Amino acid sequence: MSLSLDDIRKVARLARLELSEADLVRMQGQLSAILDYVAQLNELDTADVEPLAHPLPIQNVFRPDEPAPSLPPAAALQNAPATVGDYFAVPAVFDTDEPVSH
Amino acid sequence: MSLTEKTAADLLALQAAGAATAADVADAFLAAYRDREPKLRAFVSLDEADVRRQAAAVDAKRAAGQPLGMLAGVPVAVKDVLCTEGVRTTCSSRILADFVPPYDAHVVGRLRAADAVLFGKTNMDEFAMGSSTENSAFRVTRNPWDTARVPGGSSGGSAAAVAGCLAPLALGTDTGGSIRQPAALCGVVGLKPTYGRVSRYGLIAFASSLDQVGPFAHDVTDCALLLEAVAGHDPRDSTCVNEPVPAYTRTLNDPVKGLRIGVPREFFGEGLDAEVEAAVRAALKEYERRGAVLVDVSLPHSKYALAAYYIVAPAEASSNLARFDGMHYGHRTKEKADLVGTVAKSRGEGFGPEVQRRIMIGTYVLSSGYKDAYYVKALKVRRLVKGDFDAAFERCDVIAGPTTPTAAFRAGEKADDPLAMYLSDVYTVSCNLAGLPGLSLPCGFTAAGLPVGLQLLGRPFAEETLFRAARMYEAATDWHARRPAV
Repeated sequence: MSLSLDDIRKVARLARLELSEADLVRMQGQLSAILDYVAQLNELDTADVEPLAHPLPIQNVFRPDEPAPSLPPAAALQNAPATVGDYFAVPAVFDTDEPVSH
Repeated sequence: MSLTEKTAADLLALQAAGAATAADVADAFLAAYRDREPKLRAFVSLDEADVRRQAAAVDAKRAAGQPLGMLAGVPVAVKDVLCTEGVRTTCSSRILADFVPPYDAHVVGRLRAADAVLFGKTNMDEFAMGSSTENSAFRVTRNPWDTARVPGGSSGGSAAAVAGCLAPLALGTDTGGSIRQPAALCGVVGLKPTYGRVSRYGLIAFASSLDQVGPFAHDVTDCALLLEAVAGHDPRDSTCVNEPVPAYTRTLNDPVKGLRIGVPREFFGEGLDAEVEAAVRAALKEYERRGAVLVDVSLPHSKYALAAYYIVAPAEASSNLARFDGMHYGHRTKEKADLVGTVAKSRGEGFGPEVQRRIMIGTYVLSSGYKDAYYVKALKVRRLVKGDFDAAFERCDVIAGPTTPTAAFRAGEKADDPLAMYLSDVYTVSCNLAGLPGLSLPCGFTAAGLPVGLQLLGRPFAEETLFRAARMYEAATDWHARRPAV
């Protein structure tokens, strides 16, 4: 399975990874080799096999719905790259110079 | 024998007898750390003053006659993927270089409750992705038996810390072999518990259906002791099973009568180093001398397990690692960009090459048009792999084979060939896909003096049988008593 550089660019965009041209080219060769390796799974006929997403046969694990303290705001914010008051500060979501009205 | 070469059980006995204090023990390991850490580079961080404070608190408790936990005064090194409140936790990644968790992982809380002395955070492959610890963003850890070689990975720092006598016990994590493979390469005992045996709360996720926390130790007794301390139900991890934890240390010296050892022919095929095979075959002979019966079993889909793993694990990783967006915590780019651009630049700068590769593979196999061909196909093969084990365990109590195809390789040898690196997990990944417990213990050395590991796999929640079976062999050999000259 050989991936084109455009395929790689598309996957990087989906993954929200900004990579250099050199990294994209290196990734193209390495990902193609890995996909070639995993293609051996096609030797197996799995038409009648149910997928297994999880090793344990557990479902619907419930616990009592009791109020409990959560992380205080200062602790939740302590690792944030940028904050404003008790909020996480992020770059503008909309491309505008107008102040966002609340 | 110096204090640092002793087992945790020895250190507990010495302290109980008044022959050493927790402070004596801590001082001995801190001296070893200053002496050997520059050669081994097993740690990302260690706060000497904090170690001394913890040890002094244990001694004060003992002096006051207060009840003490089961690991009182024993240093335990912790892989830097487990959150420690107020102590930097990096996953050996630039993206988390300054991350200070506001809470403890469940297992870390259990260590504190057991009065263990938390002894530093160990180096690892970034986000636990790798088999040599060379993927750390900060340092390359060395194998204590030959510092030109890798300790294995991803929990290479924890394995090297125990093997190099920088800590008697350590915690690691195992997603596809990341405890057992470095344990084998460093000549120590390592266990991946059954999926659900140990809480994953506060473990920074790689692949959530495969990840488990587990112990490293010099011998089987210490390994059982540390599992006993950290295993058990935690409502904060819904996949952590509410089953009682047996007192493993009380039963492990009872040999398993009529032990049936399944020997899968697929684990002795092409790619297995001759010296590794000879050591493992000799171990099987020793088991026969001790009354065990070898049973020829087949795991016909095991040759596909690695391929299935390298779809499932990256798929889960690409989803788990989406949380690193430079918004709530972690590295944010200094470059000006819009929201999406800031996320993409932060991730491009913060993640190393192997992590980026796995995010890319995972994103690709989950993307529209490819999901059925790759991800769903791999999940179907995962069921076939598990079915092989279910059938084999109808005829045997444990399955035995080599932990790794070769002994420790040289640093740099596989660094530029991701696929060659992935192949060092060929015997360990199927256990994670099936959710089984797996243990690696020392079973000899190559002519070059490198340790070889014997892998024992068990039925789900049969850790007790694994420990007893492992101890049968260990009691007849002295590999576990050897210490490297670093």
